[in-house]
Amino acid sequence: MTGDYKIQSPEVAARFARLKGRPVVMDVRNLTKTFASNGLGHTTLDRISFRVFRREFLCVLGPSGCGKSTLIRIIAGLDSPTSGEVLLDGRKVDGPGPDRGMVFQSYTLFPWLTVKKNVMFGLRMAGQSGATAESEAREWINLVGLSKFENSYPHQLSGGMKQRVAIARALANRPRILLMDEPFGALDAQTRAQMQAYLLEIWKNVDVTILFITHDLDEAVYLSDRILVLGTNPSRIAEMIEDPVPRPRGRAQFVSPPFLAAYHRLNELIHPPSAEPQERTHIARMTMRGDDVE
Amino acid sequence: MPFGDLKPGAQLLLVWMSFLAPLVLWCAVSYIPFVWHPLMRVTDPGDVPYFKEDTLVEKKVFREENGKLVLAGKRPAAGVPANPVFLPAPHEVGRALHKSFTTPPRRNGEPWLHESLWHSIRIIFWGFFWSSVFGVPLGIVCGTFPAFSKLGEPAVDFCRYMPAPVFGALAVAVMGIYDGPKIAIIFIGTFFQQVLVVANTTRKLDTSLVEAAQTLGAGRLQVLFQVVVPGIAVDLYNDMRILLGWAWTYLIVAEYIGASSGITYFINQQAKYRIYDNVFAAILIIGVIGFGTDRILDRLGHVFFPWQKSSRPGLIRTLLDSRRKPLPA
Repeated sequence: MTGDYKIQSPEVAARFARLKGRPVVMDVRNLTKTFASNGLGHTTLDRISFRVFRREFLCVLGPSGCGKSTLIRIIAGLDSPTSGEVLLDGRKVDGPGPDRGMVFQSYTLFPWLTVKKNVMFGLRMAGQSGATAESEAREWINLVGLSKFENSYPHQLSGGMKQRVAIARALANRPRILLMDEPFGALDAQTRAQMQAYLLEIWKNVDVTILFITHDLDEAVYLSDRILVLGTNPSRIAEMIEDPVPRPRGRAQFVSPPFLAAYHRLNELIHPPSAEPQERTHIARMTMRGDDVE
Repeated sequence: MPFGDLKPGAQLLLVWMSFLAPLVLWCAVSYIPFVWHPLMRVTDPGDVPYFKEDTLVEKKVFREENGKLVLAGKRPAAGVPANPVFLPAPHEVGRALHKSFTTPPRRNGEPWLHESLWHSIRIIFWGFFWSSVFGVPLGIVCGTFPAFSKLGEPAVDFCRYMPAPVFGALAVAVMGIYDGPKIAIIFIGTFFQQVLVVANTTRKLDTSLVEAAQTLGAGRLQVLFQVVVPGIAVDLYNDMRILLGWAWTYLIVAEYIGASSGITYFINQQAKYRIYDNVFAAILIIGVIGFGTDRILDRLGHVFFPWQKSSRPGLIRTLLDSRRKPLPA
């Protein structure tokens, strides 16, 4: 039996005390989203409220179809809520803007622009001159370790590299908050692990707050300060979990007691033990005797 | 492709085959007497009163006449199997191809073949040019903004069903009998299709690119010019190649309008003189020009758009690549 995730070591408790002393960057208030389908209102998000502190790493975790993406799209300003509001530094969000950088699962790099030009895009939109934008873009590309590829086109890069460019492109705008919508979902396990470690490194070194969406429990526990767990139908906040794993994080912690405690709590919330007995399909034997595999 | 791609060697072979197979068939029909040859070319009229040397006669008639002559004890006609006059053999068309460029026109003031061709190309160019000047921006705007789509596309769609040639008489009344109405027909034939095709291509742009640009701070106009336009450039370019092909199909009709001109005039004159070799030569030349232009545009596309993945290489590329070692990845 694993322990209670609410038991925090003194240094973790001190971290959370410091975190909550920081100013609130984003305040999500009573966010509700209802889609009309077949004449019926279908509620995807039901009165979601939470706050994100400056320099916090907040993961939003939920089963697929729970409205995680709708939530992040509303925060980005790409969708509008049915009711409720999102405040960024106390100002109401209305439409997309460069103060909320977004990294999508599907990379969304501009295929006609080189890596450098992709990273320069937001800076140019903000009215920076070509030369300034270029030198600034070079620094961000350097930060994500792709200097050798600054003149490559996106289709020449691997998935992990593309996502690093997308992160550099979003960070170049110096957003108040970086929104990441299952950014590593399309990567293979090994690349995903590298990218997670890498993102923590960037987060440590760059003054940025991160809101990260995922359905991967390990990923959430590994990366987060706090984890916001959403339930389904309609999705309400199931629980806000303070990640008890001390920083700096490493793969070795995956079997540490606080990690397992948090993991099991998440598992309970995401995959609740079903009241009904699981239906099992009987599969008729279709192999020869002697061909048994176990 | 659903069933995968071929090896370069097999591709090359099939590309050659696609040209060689019809040519071989044409040769077979032309040079092997028993393949088709429904007629007899008279080499010696014998005692048939209405036969002359080089007359083409149906085989059945030829046999009946000779039968009668033999029964009557007269001298039968001699002949060789032949194809109808409208199907010249490859070598005759080849000779005509050479001849049509080198022989001066029959009458003073008639254009040489290359002059006719150049005239046709100019008509196509201007018709397509003016169509694109209006059609491409309108298509992009319709494909980008829902309001413009509803405002513009239904009317364009309605006009699309009107065949361009029906505007011929009107175009002549408005623009006279020379190049004006011809260019107008190409314009009308291309424009309406172009608006709809371009609008459709614009709508197919991955909207997540637009969203990414918006989260990076791009406004509406910036999205239009810095995301939509470059985002659809490759597809737009390929659409234009297909549309240019459509413009060619309106050429013949356009050139009939007002004073007949260009390659159509040449073909009609040759047909009047019953020089079908030249007719075939001219048709072949149109094919070569159209196909050649498209291949050149295909190559240029790779120069213009260095970011595009060459997922489906063009014909010439296939031919070239088969001689070249593949680049390291």
